Amino acid sequence: MGRIQLENVTKSFGNVEVIPPLNLTIEDGEFAVFVGPSGCGKSTLLRLIAGLEDVTSGTISIDGTEATQVPPAKRGLAMVFQSYALYPHMSVRKNIAFPMKMAGIDEAEQNKRIEAAAKALNLTDYLDRKPGQLSGGQRQRVAIGRAIVREPAAFLFDEPLSNLDAALRVGMRLEISELHERLETTMIYVTHDQVEAMTMADKIVVLRAGVIEQVGSPLELYNSPCNTFVAGFIGSPKMNLIEGPEAAKYNAQTIGVRPEHLEVSAESGDWSGRVSVSEHLGSDTFLHVHDTGLADSITVRTDGNVSFKHGDRVFMTPRADVIHRFDAQGLRIE
Amino acid sequence: MARAVTQQRKIINTTAAWAVGLLIFFPILWTILTSFKTEAQAIADPPVFLAFDWTLENYGVVMERSNYGRFLWNSIIIAGGSTILGIIIAVPAAWSMAFVPSKRTKDILLWMLSTKMLPAVGVLYPIYLLFIKLGLLDTKIGLMIVLMLINLPIIVWMLYTYFKEIPGEILEAARMDGATLREEVIHILTPMAIPGIASTLLLNVILAWNEAFWTLNLTAAKAAPLTAFIASYSSPEGLFYAKLSAASTMAIAPILILGWFSQKQLVSGLTFGAVK
Amino acid sequence: MATQHSRSAARLMMAPAVILLLGWMLVPLTMTLFFSFKKYLPLRGGDLGWVGFDNYVRFVTSSAFWPSVVTTLIIVGGVLAITVVLGVLLAILLNQPMWGQGMVRILVIAPFFVMPTVSALVWKNMFMDPNYGLLAHLWKFFGATPVEWLSQASLPSIVMIVSWQWLPFATLILLTAIQSLDSEQLEAAEMDGAPALKRFGYITLPHLSRAITVVILIQTIFLLSIFAEIFVTTGGAFGTKTLSYLIFQRVLESQNVGLGSAGGVYAIILANIVAIFLMRIVGKNLDA
Repeated sequence: MGRIQLENVTKSFGNVEVIPPLNLTIEDGEFAVFVGPSGCGKSTLLRLIAGLEDVTSGTISIDGTEATQVPPAKRGLAMVFQSYALYPHMSVRKNIAFPMKMAGIDEAEQNKRIEAAAKALNLTDYLDRKPGQLSGGQRQRVAIGRAIVREPAAFLFDEPLSNLDAALRVGMRLEISELHERLETTMIYVTHDQVEAMTMADKIVVLRAGVIEQVGSPLELYNSPCNTFVAGFIGSPKMNLIEGPEAAKYNAQTIGVRPEHLEVSAESGDWSGRVSVSEHLGSDTFLHVHDTGLADSITVRTDGNVSFKHGDRVFMTPRADVIHRFDAQGLRIE
Repeated sequence: MARAVTQQRKIINTTAAWAVGLLIFFPILWTILTSFKTEAQAIADPPVFLAFDWTLENYGVVMERSNYGRFLWNSIIIAGGSTILGIIIAVPAAWSMAFVPSKRTKDILLWMLSTKMLPAVGVLYPIYLLFIKLGLLDTKIGLMIVLMLINLPIIVWMLYTYFKEIPGEILEAARMDGATLREEVIHILTPMAIPGIASTLLLNVILAWNEAFWTLNLTAAKAAPLTAFIASYSSPEGLFYAKLSAASTMAIAPILILGWFSQKQLVSGLTFGAVK
Repeated sequence: MATQHSRSAARLMMAPAVILLLGWMLVPLTMTLFFSFKKYLPLRGGDLGWVGFDNYVRFVTSSAFWPSVVTTLIIVGGVLAITVVLGVLLAILLNQPMWGQGMVRILVIAPFFVMPTVSALVWKNMFMDPNYGLLAHLWKFFGATPVEWLSQASLPSIVMIVSWQWLPFATLILLTAIQSLDSEQLEAAEMDGAPALKRFGYITLPHLSRAITVVILIQTIFLLSIFAEIFVTTGGAFGTKTLSYLIFQRVLESQNVGLGSAGGVYAIILANIVAIFLMRIVGKNLDA
């Protein structure tokens, strides 16, 4: 069980309020991702839940019991750190056993859980090695193993993949998602990478300057971002945001069109410009179009076989049903 | 990556480095060699380098005359005692500075180091008086306390830089894993900090062993360590080169050997973490 | 970074060290200040009453004062200059690929472990003695008249002895720093057309600046209070009386505690000026 509830939680460091009053509920079994640019308070929020920081005011409850003053170890949560935080002087086995040893679990049970975790995480052959002898991905798995054996109410992940190379990251992403499917335990995951947020989350919490901008499923955020910040943050490549007369045509201060919602043509269309760079990814092509009179650069995502090159004139037509409109405050107009 | 170096370059480097190294080491080597000569050979003109009749006679004379054993024992107790005292007081302080830093941590550290700059002579007489009042003059415990105090800033600094290198996330992980403060110190911090503590210990033993202001001024006969033992040779007796050399060798040998064994750790500690 | 609970625990753990050092600083300092305003001759009548700033005036106006300040500065400055310059050169040499680097390091570090009384005695008698010293033999070998080192060239001799003791320290710290220099930076400079000397000036030396600062700071702390080297070699004669040594003589040899204490206050002020200056630099380096 792991339903986590934050009520009017605030956090100040000295006179600096990094988190203004904040309310959030994470349901049992949910995979929640806190995402936002660096310095947005997402890690602080996670550490408040973990108990590694004191809240300045407000309450945190876990499964309906207030936990605001409970020390970290007693909250029944397990955390996977960005640096993995493995104990360098202990073997993999001892690392994984450590939380159980602290909890006074008997040795037979410890070994049973270690074997199970090692098997699930492909660590069986490495149990007697020291962390220094493992690769980045293996260390990551040991950190997860150490978290699993505690059978926590919820897992907390603090940017766990940011130290891995791109290929490994995709693999670990999948493993963590599978782990969640299998354990059905609440997971809270902090990242600055919106791709991780989109691919893994049941619920995404977008933060900026300590304030929750929007909470919702990945597709909700993609389809109806509530303001220009979320619109620009979720989705890759980024949504094109256009201001001025063109936006006024739609009765809005700003309109947003995702690169994949633009039709390109060599002959005709609503907007036109010159191709500055065309990036071929094989499956897709990203065109960066300049001189449109709309914005510095418009990004278009089109199929992999178009052959526009630098300097070519292109015409673009937005799909009318997926144009996002925002008012002068940057808020979504329905 | 560095490129392959020609054999010739390497030979030149090696020759130059060894020449300089031997030149720097020479006074020590010469002292050790002289300690095995007879007094006549020690002042022979021209000097003899290796071709002399090796003898242990000087060591015998020095031992017999000045009770080397007691000085050595005093040095060991004073250097060791002040180091252990210092470590006991410095470990908690450095721990809290490294892991629970506040805005004032840096100021406190700098202030501590600045006490090290307090000129000893400026406070010699007051300390002398206090020592008489407290009955600490010419006692091992008194010197232990003074040497502990003068080296405390350095111990705190060194430990601080070592502790600082232990990632805070690891201690947080331990806390999340249910370790109490005590368990955190026993199972995580201490094993990780042992190399750092060990080199701090070593450096402090060396500094205390070689300290020559307080040890000369606050001791007479009873508690005098090896620094005083050697200083007694500054009289015309110093002209008996072979005996002087034997005494010198006996005074520096323990620390030289200790230092050589641990020079790698020492260097990292000496830099106060300012040089990686 | 931490919770309230750990913060109060931290304060408690820091307390013994802070209180001890505070006591170590304040108690003798107060006593020194107290004595400095008194005529106090322990062997000739003891406490002879308050004299205001007499001791301070007498100490500065004594003919030995300014020379001792100059001597102090020459010794500290000379040793710093020699150890830093030679230390950089030696560090570069030791950083070259060679056979037996570990052994050479051991040879070079050795003087650091030698107690100052020993090194002073050995240098004084076995090397600098004008009759039997090794340097005298060397001079004679080349047909020159042996130098009476500690009387004719007393200051340079002391600077040399102390430099020998501290060169290992400077060398090893600078060597550690050089080893951390990314060789790609030097290769980039080489590609950019910088010859060896310019590479040293523009890349290596700036990289070492932090290490050099540390060397200067730590050595200054120890050099300001050198004692045994002078005590054993010249006993303060032949213009080798540093400020510390002068005070030492006033207090212990002429048993004039009041005068010595006033000198002590001057020395403390001087040390504090140096300290503030150095702390600024180190403080800056701490942030980086």
